[in-house]
Amino acid sequence: MARFVLNRIAVLIPMLLAVSLVVFVMLRVAQGDPAMAYLRLSQIPPTDEALARARQLLGLDRPLAAQYLAWLRSALAGDFGRSYVTGRPVFGEVLHYLPATLELTAAALALALGLSLPLGMAAALRKDTALDNLVRGGSFVGVSLPNFWLGFLLVWIFSVRLGWLPPLGRGGLERLVLPAATLCLMSLCINTRLVRTSLLENMGHRFILYARARGLPESVVVRKHMLKNSLIPVLTAAGMHLGEMLGGAVVVESVFAWPGVGRFALSAIANRDYPVIQCFMLVMTVILVLCNLAVDVLYAWVDPRIRLRGEGRP
Amino acid sequence: MTPRTAAFLRPWSTRLALALLGLVLGLGLLAPLASPRDPNLVDVDRKFAPPSWEEPLGADHLGRSVLARIVHGARVSLLVVVAILGLNMALGLSLGSLAGFAGGRVDALLMRICDVFLTFPTFFLALFLVGLLGPGLFNVILAVAATHWAWYARLTRGMVLGLKHREYVLAARISGTGPVRLVTRHVLPPILAQLLVMAGLDVGHMMLHVAGLSFLGLGVKPPTPEWGVMISDARQFVGSHPELIMYPGLMIFLTVMAFNLLGDALRDALDPGLDHGH
Repeated sequence: MARFVLNRIAVLIPMLLAVSLVVFVMLRVAQGDPAMAYLRLSQIPPTDEALARARQLLGLDRPLAAQYLAWLRSALAGDFGRSYVTGRPVFGEVLHYLPATLELTAAALALALGLSLPLGMAAALRKDTALDNLVRGGSFVGVSLPNFWLGFLLVWIFSVRLGWLPPLGRGGLERLVLPAATLCLMSLCINTRLVRTSLLENMGHRFILYARARGLPESVVVRKHMLKNSLIPVLTAAGMHLGEMLGGAVVVESVFAWPGVGRFALSAIANRDYPVIQCFMLVMTVILVLCNLAVDVLYAWVDPRIRLRGEGRP
Repeated sequence: MTPRTAAFLRPWSTRLALALLGLVLGLGLLAPLASPRDPNLVDVDRKFAPPSWEEPLGADHLGRSVLARIVHGARVSLLVVVAILGLNMALGLSLGSLAGFAGGRVDALLMRICDVFLTFPTFFLALFLVGLLGPGLFNVILAVAATHWAWYARLTRGMVLGLKHREYVLAARISGTGPVRLVTRHVLPPILAQLLVMAGLDVGHMMLHVAGLSFLGLGVKPPTPEWGVMISDARQFVGSHPELIMYPGLMIFLTVMAFNLLGDALRDALDPGLDHGH
C-alpha cells in the first residue's frame, strides 16, 4: 500500500511542474510586458529609462528558462508577487480566502455523498415503483437546473418567503445550508443515478446469488456484497465532481456573497489581475491533484485488484 | 419513416423535447417577428411594469420588454451552442482521426495533450481560459470548446483504431476504393453517429457553462439580451420582483432539459450499448 501511494506521488510531481510551466508561459504571453504592469502598479511614468530599470529589476533581461526557474523558486517559497489592484502579496490573500471555499465545497461533497447513497439504494431496491420513478425523475430535473438560478430560487423560497434562513454571507450552519445545497445538486443527481445503475448491475452477478445461497441475511448481502462493489464508480465520480464543485463554487459564492477564493479570483479575472489568476490557478491545481491522490488511495483500499497490480501478480 | 426513426420518436419524452427545442429555435429564428419591440429600448417610465396585453411578461428595472429580451436571448444561446458544438466536432474529428491514422509519436503526443485537458475540471478550465483571454462572448465560446474537445478527439481516435482494420473497410480498399471515398463512405458514418450521441449528452452541460459564465459577467456583455445576463441583472430585485429571475431561468432550465432528453433518446436510438451512467 505504501508503495502504491509513493508511486502515485512520483507521477504527480512532473505533472505539477508541467502545469506550472504552462501557467507561466501562457500568462507571460497573455499579460504582455510585466515591466509595464510593474510601473503601472508603482505609479511610475513609463519612460524608456524606467522601463529598462524595471526590466533589470524584475530579471526580464535574462533568458526565459532562467526567468521560469526564478519564478518557480519564489513560487515554491509562496511568493507570487503582488496584486495589480490591491498591491498586497497575492499568496497571503489567496490563503486568506481559501478556507471559506474549502468549507463550502466539503459541505457540498458531504451532502452529495450522504444523500445519493440512500436515495440511489432505495431506488434500486424498489426498482420500477413510484419511489424509483420519483428519484429518477428528480435527478433528471436536477441535472438540467442552472446552479445560479437554483441558488436564487432557494433564497427566494427560504429567505424571502419563509424567512427561515439568512440569504447571504458566511458564519454558522444556517448560512451554510443554502449555498451547500446549491453547489451539491449536480453531483447529487449524477451520483444518485450512478448508485442506482451500478447496484442494479451488481444485483445480477453470480456472487450475489452465491451470497444468498449461503443463507446470508439480505442486509448483509446488500451492504457487504452489493454496496461495496458499487462504491467504485461512485468514488470515480466523486473525484471528478470535487473538481467541478471547486469550479462551481465561484458561481455559488457570487450568488450568496460567500467570502471565498472563487469570488476573489472572479474579480481578478474581470480586472485581468494576472498575479492573482496565476496563484489561484496553481493553488487550485495543487488541491485538485491532492484530492485525486486521495481518491486513488481510497480506490486501492476498496478494490484490492488495483492495489495488488504490478506486485508480481497476474 | 424508417422503423429506426419511428422507434426514436416513440417515447413521449422525445416528442416533448423536440417540441420544446422547436419552440426555442422558432423563437430564435423569428425573434424580430415574435417580438417587435427592441429588447434594448430603455423606458424608465415603464420600470417594473406589470404584465399587460401588449407586454405579456412586463418590463424589467430599466423598463425594457422582458418578452423581447427572452426571445432575443434564445437566438444568442442557440448560436453560442451551435458554435461550440461545431468547434468540438471539427477539432475532435480532425485531431482524433489524425491520431488514429498516423499512430506512433503523433498519436502519443496528441493523446498526452488530450490528457492534460481532461485532467482539469471543465468549468474550472473554462474560467482559467477566460481569465487568460479576457471576458467576452467569443472567448467564452473558445474556452468552453477547449474544455470539451478532448472527449471528442479521444472517441474518434478509438473508433478509427477499431475501424481501420475491419474486414469491410479492408474489402472496400481491396476492391479499389480511393482514400477519400473510403473515409466518407465507410469510416466516417459510424464515427459521426457516436459523436452525435456524445454531443447530444453534452449540449445541456455546455449551455449551463455558457449561462454560468455570462451570469458571472465574463461572457455576453450586459446590454445584449442573454438569459444568464438577465438573471444577473435581476438578482438585486429577487425580493421585490422574483418573476424577473423566473422567466430566463425557466428558459435555460427547459432548453437544457430538452437537450438532455434528446441526448438520451439519441443514445438509445443510435447506440443502445453505451454506458448509461454518463
